[in-house]
Amino acid sequence: MTTVQPLIRARGLVKRFGDFTAVDGIDVEVLPGEAFGFLGPNGAGKSSTMRMIGCISPPSGGELRILGMDPVRDGPAIRARLGVCPQLDNLDPELTVQENLTTYARYFGIPRRVARERARELLDFVQLTERADSKVEPLSGGMKRRLTIARALVNEPEIVLLDEPTTGLDPQARHLVWERLFRLKQQGVTLVLTTHYMDEAEQLCDRLVVMDGGRIVAEGSPRALIERYSTREVVELRFAAESQEAFAGKLDGLGERVEVLPDRVLLYVADGDAAVAEVQALGLTPANVLVRRSSLEDVFLHLTGRTLVE
Amino acid sequence: MDGESGAVIVVDVASSARARPTRSRVPAFAVLHYYLVGYRRTWRAGVFSSFLLPVLTVLGFGLGVGAYIDQGVDGVPYLDWLVPGLIASTALQVALGDSTWPVFSNFQWVKTYYAQSAAPLRVGDILAGHLLYVLFRVLTTIAAFLLVTGLFGALRSPWALATLPVVALLGLAVAAPTFAYSASVSSDSWLAMLFRFGVIPMTLFAGVFFPVESLPEGLRQLAYATPLWHAVDLCRAATLGVAPQWSVAGHLLYLAAWALGGALLARRVFRRTLVV
Ligand SMILES: Nc1ncnc2c1ncn2[C@@H]1O[C@H](COP(=O)(O)OP(=O)(O)O)[C@@H](O)[C@H]1O
Ligand SMILES: [Mg+2]
Repeated sequence: MTTVQPLIRARGLVKRFGDFTAVDGIDVEVLPGEAFGFLGPNGAGKSSTMRMIGCISPPSGGELRILGMDPVRDGPAIRARLGVCPQLDNLDPELTVQENLTTYARYFGIPRRVARERARELLDFVQLTERADSKVEPLSGGMKRRLTIARALVNEPEIVLLDEPTTGLDPQARHLVWERLFRLKQQGVTLVLTTHYMDEAEQLCDRLVVMDGGRIVAEGSPRALIERYSTREVVELRFAAESQEAFAGKLDGLGERVEVLPDRVLLYVADGDAAVAEVQALGLTPANVLVRRSSLEDVFLHLTGRTLVE
Repeated sequence: MDGESGAVIVVDVASSARARPTRSRVPAFAVLHYYLVGYRRTWRAGVFSSFLLPVLTVLGFGLGVGAYIDQGVDGVPYLDWLVPGLIASTALQVALGDSTWPVFSNFQWVKTYYAQSAAPLRVGDILAGHLLYVLFRVLTTIAAFLLVTGLFGALRSPWALATLPVVALLGLAVAAPTFAYSASVSSDSWLAMLFRFGVIPMTLFAGVFFPVESLPEGLRQLAYATPLWHAVDLCRAATLGVAPQWSVAGHLLYLAAWALGGALLARRVFRRTLVV
C-alpha cells in the first residue's frame, strides 16, 4: 500500500477578478518529487493559478491545500517552504547579483553567514559566479532569469514554482535554464511550472495539465497525452495555392484526422511515409512535405482547435 | 521520511525533516536590511539633496538674509530662529522624497513589494520595514544637520537633541499617508504634484521662515493643520530652550494621529494592491 500525500491539492479551485473568471474550477494534485506543468496559451489562467499556489492571491472559490496547510491562514508558513520564480523578473537592478540573493535570504530568517555561503553555492549552480559583484541592471535576460531561479532556491524550498521560466529567452539561454531545472528535478525538488512552449513541457514535465480558458482540458504525462489525443506521426502539407481548404477536402479518408491551418494542412496518421505516398498517389503536389512525430502542440490543437503560440 | 525499505511509504509533508519553517524573527527588520544594503550604494548621491542643500540654506538665509534682519525674531537672532524650522522642513523633504518615487517604483517599476510578498512576509512587515527605512533616513539626515548647525553655534540649548524624536514622529506622520498616496496613484506625475501643491506651500507657510502669526487668519488656520507646523514649533522650542506655543502633548498627539491614520490607510491600500 502506498500513501503519498500530495504537496499541492486543489479541488474546484476558482479565481475571479470582478465578474471575470480567470480560473474556473480546476482540480490538481502535485506529488512530492514530481515536475508538474500547466501548459496553455496566454490568458489560460496559468499565472492566476500559480499565484494562488504561491499564497499571494487568495482563491475566490474551491479548496486549496499546500503542504497540508491553508494558503489563506498559513500564508507565511507555507511561503517559507516555497521558491517562486514569477513570470516577470522582479530583481533589484541597483543591487549586485549576490546582494539580491543575500537580502532575499533575510526574509526567510537565514543568518548572514549562511546566506552568503548559500548565495555562493547558488551562483555557482546557475553559472553566475563571475558576475557575483556586478549590478543586475546590465545582465542579459537569460542571466536575470537564472538569478531569479537562484533567488527562488535561497531557502532550500520543497516546492519551486516557475511561471514561464524561459519565455523571451533565446534558444541557447533557454537550454541552459532547462538543463539547470533538470538538475533540480534530479535532486528531488518538486517543480511546478507553467509554459506555453510544448517542447518545454515535454522536456521537463513528468505530468501536466492542458489549460484553456481557465479550465483544465486534459491531464497526463506528455507521452500519454500524445498517445491519447494524437496519432504517432503527423504529415505537414503546404500547398502553394492561397487556400489550403480546397486541398484538404481531397484528403478525406486519409489518416485519422485532418487539421487545416491558414498556412498548412496537418494529416494525423500512424505511418507518415505511407501517408505521403498515398497523397502522391492521389495526384496532389504539395509544395512542401514534412513528416514528424506528434507533439503536445497537436494535442492542444486537437483539444481546442487552436494553436498554442499564435 | 523516505521509507525506501518498507512497503508503506508515508510522506507526511507537514512534519517531514525538511519542514522547518524558516521565518525572520522580526520580519520588518529583514525588510529594513534590504533597504540599508541599497543605501550603502547610494548614500553619497543622497548627501547633496538631503543634507548639503539645507546647510546651504542655513548659510544663505540664516547668515545672508539674517544680516538684514537686525532685531531677529522674538528677540532671537534670525539664524538661531530659522535653524529649527529647517530641521523640521528638511525632515519633511526627506520623508516625502523617500515615500513617493521609491514606493511608486516598488509597485510599478522594480516591483520590489511583489518580490517581497512571495517571501514569508506579511503586508504589514513589508510596509513597516520600508517605513523604518524612511525613519532611518530622516534620523541620520537630521543628526548630521544638528552636528553642523551645532558647530555654527546655532543651537542654543542641549534640548536640541529632543528634535530627533520629534522629526522621527514627523517623518512617520508625513511618510505613512504618503505611502498610501503613492501606492494608489496610477502615474508618477501625481507624485510631482504632491511636492508642488503640498510640500512647497507647507514649507513656505508653516512657520519655517517666518512666524505663522504674520499670516492672515485663514492661512494661519491652514498652517496649524499641517503636521509640519507642529514639528516646527516643537523643534524651535527645543533648540531655543523655550516653551512651545502649544502643549507638547497636543503637538505629539496631533502628529501621532497623522502617523497612525496614515499607516492604517497605507496598509489597506498596500493590501488591496498586493493581495489580488
Ligand atoms: N489582477 C487581474 N485583474 C483582472 N484580470 C486579470 C488579473 N490577472 C489576470 N487577469 C485576467 O485573467 C486571465 C488569465 O490571466 P493569467 O492567469 O495571467 O493567464 P496566463 O498566465 O495563462 O497567461 C486573463 O484574461 C487576464 O487578463
Ligand atoms: Mg502568465
